[in-house]
Amino acid sequence: MLLSFTLLLSGCSSLTVLNPKGPAARTLSDTIIFSILVMVGILAVVYTLYIVILTKYRAKKSNEGYEPPHEEGNKWLEILWTAIPILIVVVLSVVTVKTTVAVEKVPAGYEDQKPLVIYASSSNWKWHFSYPEEGIETVNYVNIPTNRPIEFRLYSFGPITSFWIPQLHGQKYAMSDMLTKLNMVAEEPGSMLGRNANFSGEGFAHMEFETLAMTPTEYDKWVKDVKETAPELKEDEFNKLLKTEHVGRMTFSSNHLEFSPPPAEGHHHGGDANGNMEGMDHNELHPDPATTEESEFDNVPNVDPNKPDPDSSLDESSNHQHEGH
Amino acid sequence: MKWDEFFVTGEPLIYGAMVSIVLASLAILFGLTYYKKWGYLWREWLTTVDHKRIGVMYILCALIMLFRGGVDAIMMRAQTAAPDMKFLDGQHYNEVFTTHGVIMILFMAMPFIFGLMNVVIPLQIGARDVAFPKLNAISFWLFFAGAMLFNISFVIGGSPDAGWTAYFPLASIEFSPTVGNNYYSLALQISGIGTLLTGLNFIVTIMKMRAPGMTLMRMPMFTWAVLITCVIIIFAFPVLTIALLLMLFDRVFGSQFFTMANGGMDMLWANLFWVWGHPEVYIVILPAFGIFSEIISTFSRKNLYGYSSMVLSMVIISGLSFLVWAHHFYTMGQGAMVNGFFSITTMAIAVPTGIKIFNWLFTLRKGRISFTTPMLYSLAFIPIFTIGGVTGVMLAMASADYQYHNTMFLVAHFHYVLIPGAVFAVIAGFHYWFPKVFGFRLNEKLGKLAFWFIAISFNVTFFPLFFLGLKGMTRRTYTYSAETGFGPLNMLSMVGAIGLAIGFIILVYNIYWSTRYEPRDKTGDPWDARALEWSTPSPVPVYNFAVTPKVKGRDAYWFSKKNNEPLSDEKITKIHMPSNTGKPFILGIAFFFLGFFLVFSWWIPSIIAGIAVLIIMATMSFDRNNGYYIPVEEIVQTEQKLRGDTV
Amino acid sequence: MKIDATQPLEYGTEENRNRIFGFWLFLGAEIALFATLFTVYIVLANRFASGPSGAEIFEITPVLLETFLLLTSSFTIGLAVHAMRLGLKKQMMMFMIITLLLGAGFLGIEIFEFFTYVHEGVTLSTSAFSSSLFTLLGTHGAHVTFGLLWGTAILIQIKKHGLDHSTANKSFIFSLYWHFLDVVWIFIFSFVYLKGLM
Repeated sequence: MLLSFTLLLSGCSSLTVLNPKGPAARTLSDTIIFSILVMVGILAVVYTLYIVILTKYRAKKSNEGYEPPHEEGNKWLEILWTAIPILIVVVLSVVTVKTTVAVEKVPAGYEDQKPLVIYASSSNWKWHFSYPEEGIETVNYVNIPTNRPIEFRLYSFGPITSFWIPQLHGQKYAMSDMLTKLNMVAEEPGSMLGRNANFSGEGFAHMEFETLAMTPTEYDKWVKDVKETAPELKEDEFNKLLKTEHVGRMTFSSNHLEFSPPPAEGHHHGGDANGNMEGMDHNELHPDPATTEESEFDNVPNVDPNKPDPDSSLDESSNHQHEGH
Repeated sequence: MKWDEFFVTGEPLIYGAMVSIVLASLAILFGLTYYKKWGYLWREWLTTVDHKRIGVMYILCALIMLFRGGVDAIMMRAQTAAPDMKFLDGQHYNEVFTTHGVIMILFMAMPFIFGLMNVVIPLQIGARDVAFPKLNAISFWLFFAGAMLFNISFVIGGSPDAGWTAYFPLASIEFSPTVGNNYYSLALQISGIGTLLTGLNFIVTIMKMRAPGMTLMRMPMFTWAVLITCVIIIFAFPVLTIALLLMLFDRVFGSQFFTMANGGMDMLWANLFWVWGHPEVYIVILPAFGIFSEIISTFSRKNLYGYSSMVLSMVIISGLSFLVWAHHFYTMGQGAMVNGFFSITTMAIAVPTGIKIFNWLFTLRKGRISFTTPMLYSLAFIPIFTIGGVTGVMLAMASADYQYHNTMFLVAHFHYVLIPGAVFAVIAGFHYWFPKVFGFRLNEKLGKLAFWFIAISFNVTFFPLFFLGLKGMTRRTYTYSAETGFGPLNMLSMVGAIGLAIGFIILVYNIYWSTRYEPRDKTGDPWDARALEWSTPSPVPVYNFAVTPKVKGRDAYWFSKKNNEPLSDEKITKIHMPSNTGKPFILGIAFFFLGFFLVFSWWIPSIIAGIAVLIIMATMSFDRNNGYYIPVEEIVQTEQKLRGDTV
Repeated sequence: MKIDATQPLEYGTEENRNRIFGFWLFLGAEIALFATLFTVYIVLANRFASGPSGAEIFEITPVLLETFLLLTSSFTIGLAVHAMRLGLKKQMMMFMIITLLLGAGFLGIEIFEFFTYVHEGVTLSTSAFSSSLFTLLGTHGAHVTFGLLWGTAILIQIKKHGLDHSTANKSFIFSLYWHFLDVVWIFIFSFVYLKGLM
């Protein structure tokens, strides 16, 4: 019964985590289902023993006066219920280490493609997505091409947040003094919920973003549209934006990495953790300067969350961003 | 600071709390004056150094804190019961879940366990009291000062709002500018010192004050569990002391430990917190294992199966508890190898825990199991805790944890561990040892009714949360939209929460009912139990044992009953007892004010309070009161009165 | 109270033995406490941001002087306990007073050292490094300060009541505490100053 229950659970597409849309999330979903099956097995053993013992040895009229024996223990039984759990732990450890290594890397089968780098940074209760390659930036939504590895580089302008798109990958922290990375691939087009999973203050509950996977051609079209129509992101405007608590969706034809570079990756900086990244090769972070010139004509940022970006026809669907407060 | 900033204003809930606090205080003051109980309160309770009374005070506070934490829980469940609820706003919800976590772990579970420890340990090892009775009173009053300091934050200054984990930079002065996290730091610091002293006191008590013949391997399992727990306390709590100190410095003196600029490192806080935080879980759970061992053995009428492996598994758990802290933040980007290491150490804990589960099952096997209230809680613990355990193994798998972390799945898991593991244990222990302290049992019918409400409602409340987690609902989210589909399961959880509340109300009503109507127990051993505490009359006289028992093996009292051999054939002699003292209580008050003034950075009052603390400590050092003797006649009279005419 | 005459005075009663054992446990907790502080310091030692590093502010002369004073005081408290065991109340008190004076000297130099740092513009809030430095040194210094008060209180008690089970026990425990502070200082000397100067 418990087994069929688990199968039901795995088939249930309303459980977001078990309804993956990419290889990383699929690996995690398979790991979870495997572990659930093992655990159901363990529970079955314990529950069977438990029920049998409780029914058989309960105090009743027929065993009145029964004096239970004195039992010190049994060496072999105790070895048995030490050894079997150890074996289970060994098996699970192997699975864990393998899958942990696997989901940290570019998903298998996509290693030969150059990943699309997107910087995802959080401030107050918003997400900024900077595309260094394309030289564009979005706020509170992210569009990605399907079947191409995406490398999210995460950091925060404030409290620790956790970047999570459950249908593509598990979560990872975005922190102010260290860059973290998350590799994923979306294998089918569609809209998915992304959000901050780590409590970060008053507006945390509203810190969601839409992740829209689109075919490479549609994606290229979208990038082109943005470059042609969206306004440029200026430093003072960005600093103002950082201080705003909530905003709707925004689109820019340049990104903030130029004037506000991200922290260093992996290890912690010694003398300087102020976001100053000497000693890091950041040439690749800078977008082609030429792109910023073409996109000046629309200088009214679209901050109304209920009105889809007029220049971006693709994000009208499933626009359920929460309203800014 | 203006007065309207000092008092929290603008919320009907807060005004309600203020009014009820004032009314309750007035009622207590009036009651004490009207019934002329001030002297009694002072002589018998506030100045006591008797481990049993200190234990009772711990438990009383824990019950009050259970109420406070429970109200927090109901408010949280109510706010999330349906999409877009408007019962609490975001800020308020954040304060509520923060205080819920802190109170339930540090001001409910721990003091409840300390209460039981205080009542039971000296009795189980055949001692007159703990090694340092005065220090024990200090521990209690420091805990009490910390708890009160934490609780007044709700009406004065504002509660902490950065979660019970208080992660930086969120808990820094920049992102959490109210005094709430100052309260957090200072209240935990003060009660933490008390905890450390308790740990110290009980190690010395257990190592040095056991009755003759009670070797380490003859100790009751609860005593073993407490000994190991206290060792964990000694090594874990100093880490918290430092973490909280650095937190206070960052917030009050502008130091740069966890800040975002000038080299500060937010991840350091997370590491320090969990180096203490994970062992803390075992500080709460190991004594619970001990309690269950006592109860399961008693009501199966069998000795504990696999005694040595039970002890060994607890030692291994305590060692591993210091090697698993990073599993609380696999997602911090420390790489697959580090995560792999912590996954394996974490899963390894399942092995000794599994050994314990099987040993309990085999203790039950071939027994004659009677389903009393304490036994029901212990039996319910096994299947529910096993779910908590196996989901713990699932969470331990670093890769999969990327999907569970920070979700309701995690919330479900730790409630499945802590409620059967700690709450069921303390309730079971409470029912089990209640007659020892008060001389009558709690009513079984009401007890069982409360049990079924609590056990069933618990599952209704928390099982849906596993699914909510897999659906992608994050913890600490005060609201969600209808499209998420989280609504129905949250509503179910709310129903369960109401059931839990009813269960706890019945439990408290049972205390009242039994006090009035339950028949008194003259035997001192109403459960036909096994360890030494049951050889004393109930309620236990102040000196515990008229003559120190001699121990010849495990379950000493059981075999003395069975073989009809008295535990000691020695004559009653006069007994030396420590005198009561009011200084620990006054020290607690001084610490409370020191903490309170520091919260608001009022330096001159803080310095005065600090000096007061030093002066009180000095007077304690100069105190040369060596206690008093209870004469033989008085002991004989007391024993006769309590036992009827059997001595 | 049972008195065991075969034991030294400070171990004479059961309560005395419990106290000494308890104090060893307390020192275990203190080790955990200082180990945490050292870990914090080592993690943050290179994060001095725009402020100076250890090598730029440490000066060896006052540190050597502090080390000399504290090590000597550890020796004199040993002599005090020795005198106590011989029942020489006067000598014992004298050695203890010397110990406390040396401790006060240590503290004076440390306060002077702190003033120098602040004068050079290094305060608690300069950088993560300076925060952890001041906290580690300050916690040790606070322990020494508390030790001075405690030692004085014990001295007064010995003066009043002479050497008995209670005062001997307190003095012995105090000596353990004092030796412990000395050990911590040796670690500070090696891992903070020597390492910082290298």
